[in-house]
Amino acid sequence: MKFSANPVFLVTLGALAALTPFISGINPYYYDILIGIGINLILAVSLNLVNGYTGQFSLGHAGFMAVGGYASAWITLQSGPTAGTGIFLLSLLVGGLLAALTGFAVGIPSLRLRGDYLAIVTLGFNEIIKGAIQNAEALGAQRGLGGMLKHTGFFTTFACAALTILVVHNLVHSTYGRGFLATHDDEIAAEASGLNTTRYKITAFVVAALFAGVAGGLYAHFKLYLHPEGFGFMRSMDIVVMVILGGMGSMIGVCLAAVFLTVLPEVLRYVAHLEFLPMWLRHVAENRMIFYSLILILLMLLHPQGLFNIKRKAARGVA
Amino acid sequence: MVEFLQQLLNGLSQGGIYALIALGYTMVYGILRFINFAHGDVFMLGSFAGFYVGPLVLRFFGGTPSFLVAGLTLLLSMVGCALIGMLIEHLCYRPLRHQPRINVLITAIGVSLLLENGGQFLFGADPKSFPDLITDRAIELPAALGPFSALTITLSQIIVLTVTVLLLVVLHLVVRHTRTGLAMRALSLNPLAAQLAGVDLNRIIAITFGVGSALAGAAGILISIQQPSIDPLMGINAGLKAFIAAVLGGIGNLPGAVLGGFVIGLLEALIVGYGSPTYRDPIVFAVLIGILLFRPAGLLGKTVLEKV
Repeated sequence: MKFSANPVFLVTLGALAALTPFISGINPYYYDILIGIGINLILAVSLNLVNGYTGQFSLGHAGFMAVGGYASAWITLQSGPTAGTGIFLLSLLVGGLLAALTGFAVGIPSLRLRGDYLAIVTLGFNEIIKGAIQNAEALGAQRGLGGMLKHTGFFTTFACAALTILVVHNLVHSTYGRGFLATHDDEIAAEASGLNTTRYKITAFVVAALFAGVAGGLYAHFKLYLHPEGFGFMRSMDIVVMVILGGMGSMIGVCLAAVFLTVLPEVLRYVAHLEFLPMWLRHVAENRMIFYSLILILLMLLHPQGLFNIKRKAARGVA
Repeated sequence: MVEFLQQLLNGLSQGGIYALIALGYTMVYGILRFINFAHGDVFMLGSFAGFYVGPLVLRFFGGTPSFLVAGLTLLLSMVGCALIGMLIEHLCYRPLRHQPRINVLITAIGVSLLLENGGQFLFGADPKSFPDLITDRAIELPAALGPFSALTITLSQIIVLTVTVLLLVVLHLVVRHTRTGLAMRALSLNPLAAQLAGVDLNRIIAITFGVGSALAGAAGILISIQQPSIDPLMGINAGLKAFIAAVLGGIGNLPGAVLGGFVIGLLEALIVGYGSPTYRDPIVFAVLIGILLFRPAGLLGKTVLEKV
């Protein structure tokens, strides 16, 4: 693997660092939305590796997020109120690795299945992870886990997001990574050409889970409260909708969709408070999932390649 | 022992509900090879159809709950759900029949989310209490049964089991002894050959969706008679469990779906009775994963080789 985008990445990090002082001063409401965008970017881009580039259909991304989030929160809570940034970064890493390990354990059995079945099984694992947390007293069980310190900041979040984009981009565009696309396009042909498609699927799954875990850690130290119900099927669906809307396997599209779908609920909440609008419209605006579901159905009926999918076809032809 | 029998009894009546929903999954899968994610929500709509139609029927018959009122509500709800199921198929699934299966799957998830959230919008998100269509009461068991007379059997449990068995028999007769049933079986065996032999694909698929959805609607009424608190998200869990039941029995296999439904119902009752309710969902999902790994064809299904 050649990390050819390193200069770009360093420039991005520099720009983020330079922006940080300005960003910290903005309206806290916008600041929170911004952090939300960063976390969703990590989740959507990482899921895109599985659901987009590799052509599998995972419905359990929130489960890995939960593993990372709870692990990371547990670590900073254990080290007490004096836990510094060092411990926080370490906890992110450990959370990510633990999520990756979970991804590996989940991936080995489930990736033998395809399509609908894989979707259901990953959903099942998501429920099992949720169930395990609900029964774990050390993690707050049904009461939820709180008391974390607000460690997650603008720079950490977007540095992680940039890292996710870099790794996924380079992984897919490396010689090794062509295997992901091959697995997506035609599994049988890929196998016949000597590719171990199972290994590609598991690699994609583990990498995606790793970043989902990091996103979970960021989320834990941003919302400062975790509850098992927050990591259920609905959360997974949110991320899946981002990937589908962006166009499965399109980096730019998925990033745009992540931004769009993080801002959309806020816009809808604003619309719901506009007094001059008819009441029913304001009620509809309050329920963002109605929009998500309509978007999904209409997208599949009218434009299945995604809304923000730019230049994907042309780029693929060269390979 | 009595305690154990009591759990089995509770499990059976829950299992009957799962069996009815599972049949819809398995029938659609048998013909179209796709999982109709929205099926559980059709079950929810069945419940709400009863919630709105039930009181009207009740008033029409003078306001006294009776078998007639419950039966008529059940029928109306089944018809309503059948129409909704066929509408969903016509608008959302039919145009995608020649698209990649993943697109159909995504659409089905979309329809499911639309029904759940549209339901919350239209009916309100808070649980509603289902009207009394039939007065539920515990059946007194004769003292001659000895210790077993301590069992609690409710009228609703008996109704649920009777109606379930009745519907299963009707479905069996339709699938085995009518021309439509023959066409359904032919399509599931070999769609191309069936079409060449003159089977109208669109018509049979529409009927399949109609029958499956009607069964889900019946299950929606039956569960509401038993547990009269309904809400727009009740279809998610029931749908997933019924799907697991269909896979457990062997997806595409009608007797398998019934068997799977009862097995899952009994398993859940035993987990809740002897373990903890919080373990119920994880264990049932673990069963699903186990069956997919070790016997993907299900208990009654035949292993089919994939041809390249």
